[in-house]
Amino acid sequence: MLDRVLTRKLRQIVGEENFRDDKEALVAHSYDGTPMLQSLPDGVIYPKDTYQVAEIMKNLAFYSVPVVSRGSGSNLCGGTVPVHGGVVMVMHRMNQILEVDLENLTATVQPGIITAEFITHIESLGLFYPPDPSSMRISTIGGNIAECSGGLRGLKYGTTKDYVIGLEAVLASGEIIRTGGKLMKDVAGYDLTKLLVGSEGTLAIITEATLKLVPPPKSKKTMLAMYKDLYGAARTVSRIIEAKIIPATLEFMDNPTIRVVDDFAKLGLPRDMEAILLIEQDGDLEAVERDIERIREICEAESADRVEVAESREHAEKLLTARRSAFTALARLRPTTILEDATVPRSKIADMVLRINEIARKYNVSIATFGHAGDGNLHPTATTDARDHDEVHRVEQAFEEIFEAAIELGGTITGEHGVGLVKAPFLEWKIGKTGIEVMRGIKQAFDPHNLLNPGKMFAKETRKRVVITRG
Amino acid sequence: MANGNAERSIQNKPAIALSNPMSKTLQLKLDYDQLTNCMRCGFCLPACPTFKETGLEQESPRGRIALMKAVADGIMDPDQAFQDQMNHCLGCRACEPACPADVKYGQLIEQARDAIEDHDVHSVPVKGLRKVFFDGVFPHRGRLKWLGRSLSIYQKSGLRKLVRGSGMMQLFPAYMREMEQILPDATAKGVVEQLGTVYPAKGETIARVALFRGCIMDVLFSETNVNTVKLLSEAGFEVVIPTEQVCCGALHAHSGEMERAKDLARTNVQVFKDAEIDYIVSNAGGCGALLVEYDHLLHEDSEYRELAEWFASQVIDVSMLLFEHGRIPAFAERNACANEPVMVTYQDSCHLRNVMKSSNAPRQLMKQVANVNFVEMKEADRCCGSAGIYNVTQPEMAGQILEHKMEHANRTGASYLLTSNPGCLLQMKLGALKHGVSGQMEVKHVVDFLYERISEIK
Ligand SMILES: Cc1cc2nc3c(=O)[nH]c(=O)nc-3n(C[C@H](O)[C@H](O)[C@H](O)COP(=O)(O)OP(=O)(O)OC[C@H]3O[C@@H](n4cnc5c(N)ncnc54)[C@H](O)[C@@H]3O)c2cc1C
Ligand code: SF4
Ligand code: SF4
Repeated sequence: MLDRVLTRKLRQIVGEENFRDDKEALVAHSYDGTPMLQSLPDGVIYPKDTYQVAEIMKNLAFYSVPVVSRGSGSNLCGGTVPVHGGVVMVMHRMNQILEVDLENLTATVQPGIITAEFITHIESLGLFYPPDPSSMRISTIGGNIAECSGGLRGLKYGTTKDYVIGLEAVLASGEIIRTGGKLMKDVAGYDLTKLLVGSEGTLAIITEATLKLVPPPKSKKTMLAMYKDLYGAARTVSRIIEAKIIPATLEFMDNPTIRVVDDFAKLGLPRDMEAILLIEQDGDLEAVERDIERIREICEAESADRVEVAESREHAEKLLTARRSAFTALARLRPTTILEDATVPRSKIADMVLRINEIARKYNVSIATFGHAGDGNLHPTATTDARDHDEVHRVEQAFEEIFEAAIELGGTITGEHGVGLVKAPFLEWKIGKTGIEVMRGIKQAFDPHNLLNPGKMFAKETRKRVVITRG
Repeated sequence: MANGNAERSIQNKPAIALSNPMSKTLQLKLDYDQLTNCMRCGFCLPACPTFKETGLEQESPRGRIALMKAVADGIMDPDQAFQDQMNHCLGCRACEPACPADVKYGQLIEQARDAIEDHDVHSVPVKGLRKVFFDGVFPHRGRLKWLGRSLSIYQKSGLRKLVRGSGMMQLFPAYMREMEQILPDATAKGVVEQLGTVYPAKGETIARVALFRGCIMDVLFSETNVNTVKLLSEAGFEVVIPTEQVCCGALHAHSGEMERAKDLARTNVQVFKDAEIDYIVSNAGGCGALLVEYDHLLHEDSEYRELAEWFASQVIDVSMLLFEHGRIPAFAERNACANEPVMVTYQDSCHLRNVMKSSNAPRQLMKQVANVNFVEMKEADRCCGSAGIYNVTQPEMAGQILEHKMEHANRTGASYLLTSNPGCLLQMKLGALKHGVSGQMEVKHVVDFLYERISEIK
């Protein structure tokens, strides 16, 4: 329960209907896209501008009430579940494109704008904003920035961090900072812009962002390669890069995923394939055609069983269907779907996939893996049932071992979904004790009273590492 | 996964004594499997009209499912706000095709409303209105005819003029007043009275089909029913109209009167089985969507289950039947100037699109009309706000949605706004009246538009 005086003040700041503490609103902001997590906040607030955010923060700080900033609540790490109660701040009303600067090729937006709406607008101006998380039709730019989201175009074009060049943010105290600007170069002090990208709502509330735009590629070609040998697929990925070709998309699906997708979409995929690679290249027509031809040769040299290059846009759409259906197909299999994003150096993909399959067998759970092969960013996806506690426990054990395996192969516990609540106990595995201390120091400097998204990123205690027994 | 089961559970869970009788009914009726299937990914949010209007999570499919689950889990009382929220949903089911996990939202919302209905909480006027229509009129063909006749007498006798002139209409709520102005001329002569019960195919018979005439359709839009039969005949179908058929039960099912809906379904299933036909044709998206789900409606009825499955598999939308199986006649617009084709646009019927999965066929048919330019209107796939009796129960939200809809419609510059469901038809007429550029746009059922443009006949 919030203090009565505080709620009155909050209502004064945003207006009666933009602060809610009725049961309905609390329940509807108690969860996000992460399975099996729920916790009720004490209030929900919808600010309309930076000034309101600052005023809200001053008051919350005075009463020491925690705040969880929220875009569309589509994250997969428990990032917006208010585990310590407090106020959920929904950014949807701050959804304006403030400016598109054609001379500097930048766009300045409020954080609540939906990613796909922003992209559509930018493309209508003949420009290009590459970060395209699969959730872009629902996610907000603010959420993308706070999670440093990636997408299918990450390999060639980078992720959100590569496009954020300036920010306005409100600190826990209610003070406003501005970082970066419409600048392609800026070394004035520490790079606070990059620090806020991926900060998961734990350092500041982002209220405005300046994003870099690029000219769009002129053409695009799509192809599909299938392998009976997982290592052949993995070697193909490395060879392509070695040949100094950076494809726009280089996606991967393993055998369990292929089977599920085929059952669902009835595409007639060969079910004995160990891997499918979906490859796209974009750019000037001539260069694209040359690259695709070269990639085809590499696929064949690495003994791909089948290589298919799209002849037309419709054909390309058909090839894309398999990869696009992966998530839907898996989601329909069982009631609960847990999507993770362990990431390894691109050269270790085959090892990682084999380890995942081995671990799934060991714990007798079903895990299918697909993902962004070019980035080494895999999505091992477990399908289970939240009501089966025994199985869920085994899934959790399996994922712990998968994280461990990823780190052992020189990888990380999360490539693009963020740490949030669910991976906080594993953060130390990746960055070590010193890393945690440095990060805690940064948190302290921004938010000394731990009001911004408490409980996230830093766990009460680090998970004991599992001893890996092979086989 | 990490914090172990302890944290992967509901925190701040208040102990709500499940003594509330409505909680119990809801727990009983809500399909917990479906509630669990929702993984809260949020992919349904952009499809939902009420979320779009309000931007509030609780007005979204994901939010509503979370509320239902919270009640089922005992975290929340089904208080007035909860009940209101369940009624705010248009039931347009645009959230279903958007859902990767295939959550049957339509079933959940019906279960929730059914449970709420059991504890009867309507305001007196709504209750009265529902009682008269749901129990008193729709299920009874005779009374419907009577209603048609009275409406028709009212409209033709000059009584309408008198009433309109007298200011008596001012006494009705604003919505009823507006509706009164756009209601088409009702008739007591339904399609059977006009064409008989069997209508032969022109040329070689492709298939024998039965028309589901619908209750509102046959009183207020019997002309459309007549045109449907004639159009089907032109395209090579023999049409039968079983006279024993009753109301589909859609309005009952969507408002929580489940048992009544099942009774109606049982009657229809039997009647159409006896008719020995290849397809059951519907020209009203709202009815058709329930008809194709009779298998679900009666899945617990061991006696009727199989018959219901057969029935559901036979149901098809008139446009889809024409487009996919018919000999499509040549259509031409005669009002067009030689170098200026007539512009036509289309508003999807939500249930036709999201449940019967017919959105391409009507568009393809319109595009086949010579001298017509089909223009797609922005957000044509979004609910127009009519949604059964939504207009009556949620006038504010319905009004907002309609206003936005008409902005898009007006922008197309179309001379015809076509649709495939009586509810949508009335709503779009209301829209054209309130927000349309006067005289610019005519609102019609696709079937009427097409039939009037068959080249050979006229
Ligand atoms: C089916 C599915 C597919 C997905 N695919 C991808 C993918 O391909 N790539 C990928 O990277 N992610 C993916 N995600 C994860 C998720 O969609 C992204 O993390 C997305 O960026 C979250 O955006 P959101 O607006 O929903 O943010 P939310 O979930 O609301 O919030 C995410 C985090 O950002 C913080 N935050 C939100 N707004 C602000 C703000 N204004 N200031 C400060 N902090 C803020 C929150 O506190 C929280 O910690 C997927 C999720 C789902 C459900
Ligand atoms: S799209 Fe489906 S699974 Fe996702 S939140 Fe909506 S109903 Fe739930
Ligand atoms: S049925 Fe329509 S209004 Fe109701 S939740 Fe689904 S999309 Fe929204």
